[in-house]
Amino acid sequence: MNTGMNAAQDTAGRADASAGAREYLTFRLGQEEYGIDILKVQEIRGYETPTRISGAPSFIKGVTNLRGTIVPIVDLRLRLGCAQAEYNSFTVVIVLNLRERVVGIVVDSVSDVLELLPAQMRPAPDVDSSIDPQCIRGLGAVGERMLILLDIERLMAGLDMGLVAESA
Amino acid sequence: MTDTQQGGAGMDFDLSQFYQIFFEEAAENLDQMEQMLLGLDFGAVNDEELNGIFRCAHSIKGGSATFGFSDVAELTHHMESLLDRLRRHELQLIPEMVDVLLESADASRSLLARHQAGGQGEAPSTRELVLHISELAAGGGGAAPAAPAPAPVPAPAPVPAPAPAAPEAAASAALPAGQRALEIHIGPLEQPAVADAIKELFRDIPGLGSIADLPDERPGMRRFAVTTSSSDEDLLDLFVFHVAKEQVAIVPAASSAAPVAPGQADAPDQASHAAGHEAGHEEAGPVALQGSYGFFPGAPGAPANAQAAAAAAAAAAVPGAPAPAAQQPAARRPAAEGRAGGAAASSMESTTIRVAVSKVDQLINLVGELVITQAMLAQNSRGLDSNLHQQLLAGLADLDRNTRDLQESVMSIRMIPMSTVFSRFPRMLRDLAGKLGKKVDFVTQGEATELDKSLVEKITDPLTHLVRNSCDHGIEMPAERLAAGKRESGTLTLAASHQGGSIVIEVRDDGKGLSREKILRKARERGMDAPDTLSDGEVWNLILAPGFSTAEVVTDVSGRGVGMDVVKKNIAALNGSIEIDSAEGYGMRVSVRLPLTLAIMDGMSLGVGDEVYILPLSSVVESFQIDPQQVNTVAQGSQLVKVREEYMPVVSLERIFQVPRPQSATSNNIMVVVEADGSRVAVLVDELLGQHQVVVKNLETNYRKVPNVSGATILGDGTVALILDTAALVRRARH
Repeated sequence: MNTGMNAAQDTAGRADASAGAREYLTFRLGQEEYGIDILKVQEIRGYETPTRISGAPSFIKGVTNLRGTIVPIVDLRLRLGCAQAEYNSFTVVIVLNLRERVVGIVVDSVSDVLELLPAQMRPAPDVDSSIDPQCIRGLGAVGERMLILLDIERLMAGLDMGLVAESA
Repeated sequence: MTDTQQGGAGMDFDLSQFYQIFFEEAAENLDQMEQMLLGLDFGAVNDEELNGIFRCAHSIKGGSATFGFSDVAELTHHMESLLDRLRRHELQLIPEMVDVLLESADASRSLLARHQAGGQGEAPSTRELVLHISELAAGGGGAAPAAPAPAPVPAPAPVPAPAPAAPEAAASAALPAGQRALEIHIGPLEQPAVADAIKELFRDIPGLGSIADLPDERPGMRRFAVTTSSSDEDLLDLFVFHVAKEQVAIVPAASSAAPVAPGQADAPDQASHAAGHEAGHEEAGPVALQGSYGFFPGAPGAPANAQAAAAAAAAAAVPGAPAPAAQQPAARRPAAEGRAGGAAASSMESTTIRVAVSKVDQLINLVGELVITQAMLAQNSRGLDSNLHQQLLAGLADLDRNTRDLQESVMSIRMIPMSTVFSRFPRMLRDLAGKLGKKVDFVTQGEATELDKSLVEKITDPLTHLVRNSCDHGIEMPAERLAAGKRESGTLTLAASHQGGSIVIEVRDDGKGLSREKILRKARERGMDAPDTLSDGEVWNLILAPGFSTAEVVTDVSGRGVGMDVVKKNIAALNGSIEIDSAEGYGMRVSVRLPLTLAIMDGMSLGVGDEVYILPLSSVVESFQIDPQQVNTVAQGSQLVKVREEYMPVVSLERIFQVPRPQSATSNNIMVVVEADGSRVAVLVDELLGQHQVVVKNLETNYRKVPNVSGATILGDGTVALILDTAALVRRARH
């Protein structure tokens, strides 16, 4: 009975507070923790060596076969300049379903799925980073943790990613 | 007219949801009509064909009237009138009629296209066409065109039109308003059961009326007593699916006082005449009796013709307006539907469905994945002990077979017969031959051969080019042919057939063929290398070279030069090849060989370092092992290899794709000669891995275009391999 009450309160409370709340998938790149909109995530897979594509930037590892679809694989660690990018049986690929394309990103590990309220979000600080500041939505504060919330769609659509032809 | 019809239709029921189906059906009907028109033999006109053409026009008319496209309805109505007179043998078919009907079909098509696009822009005028048809329709004899068949718009009840001739309706006073008693004679029939079908019509269509058998002594004849509110013409339209109009005679029931019919009230001017003048009735009496025995099935019969006459008069009052819909009984709708289907069409509809291409593509993709998964399982199970895993292995073998069957069936969904391509040529040739003053018989073979839909669309243009070339430059003028001892009219044959894993389409003509001397001379003038030692086949291939495609060559070399390089390129883009065969004075043959589908390709897999690349087999000429001595280096490190007295640029895949290679590895020494755009290059690889069919995948869906690569495929082990773009490799080597 008690638990029933709690659950009811929980849902009621969530309904109230969840106005503007969003769920984020969080993952680690080196020491940093990032969050991306869960709705963009299609699935999470282990890493398989993709087929290399010559002339592509070093962070594009190549293309892989995802149940019949040819999907490019981007190593986000290389893209964001992590100190090391190892590939082992624990390396994770997050398959993203962006507006028109499917892209896989390689990260060190996936942490969890968090719900962030607008109150937990801070504007992105003006820092010098290897990515376009417009691709950072803001910072999320969860207890002691700090999440860098990425606008992954914008990041992937950038010309410097080499995922789209320059003329297009 | 348009407004009222659209308004009326839209009030209680949104018809726009059916527009797309109507447009598709109308397009099919127009195509079918055009085909049948072109197939007409003026010497011996086949009734069945004329009926078929009439049915097509009628279906379009009915549909467009229902949907409120009055301009199309009007035009098709006039076509129908002409066709109706033709099929009743009141007119002799002349080529001019076919011309005007074809033109009208084109006009209907553009009118429909305009409606489909939302009715934007100026509607093309059909007035002259209508006038022309009317003239032709009137030309055959004294009788005027048939009564405008009323547009099949459902109306709540038979509303007798107020007309001067209305008193006639009072004749059948014993019956409820609008009802009349008739006797219908049917026969002679071979199968009396056909007549029972007519009884069923009355049972199936609510509001049509009642029917009862009457005795008839004559063999094969049936007699019915009918009470109905429908006009004679509606009844005939209904019956026509079971018995020919000529076999039906509708007479007023003996018991009721037969009123005098206003005869051929069908012609608008005569209708108003009949409606307005007493004299008209008296004169028309005997004619009406004749008409009721089937000589003029289109003529409205007894009492109801007061309405029909009034209607016709109303139609006459509004020149060019489609037939009025007011007095249509509710029973009209099923009738119209029945006719719209037509006997042939309805049986077709029940056996096919329309599906969005994207759904089929999705299905094909899924099966592609299944095939790859199956291949992976097969590979992984190879090492298993067949004694220990007997059941598993048997299951895998079943899976293998089922997967292949499934793949074949799914691929076949997208296959459509070549006849869809071939059907456009009779019309084109007819116009072209007429313009050039030539006589051409067109023959098609293997129309049922099936090809992937995506390929069908892409092959149409090159084929059109080849057919036009044959007609334009191959087939001689009639006088020239006679002088050469040939038949006056040339024959152009379009043939499709399966040959192994590919389809071969041939364009053959019995024209003048290619002249070896002229081509050689022309080639030398253009600075091409053309020694006399070339074989015939090599000479013919010269006309596929880009340099040959100029207008003057056409006349000098009996044509074939116009854009043949473009044709060749287009066909190469489909992984196909082209072959020419000719005998001077006897004609020529162009064979186009195509893969069955674009989604699957024959490929040769090449190993370079640890990587695998796929080369389209259609562009591979030969492969051989080389000595390092055979390779010469030119300035800046470009390499050339000598292959049988010919120096060919070397394309090193390792260098182009920057394949990483351990220092210790041996250097590659296998050359694959590939041809594209008429040039050859030698591709340097490590090893040839094998030939197999590959499922072509697009790289650009999720990634971007990669230089020198045309796509990707998935190998048996589930990894991705890139497919080389031979044309790009050749271009790269040349510059």
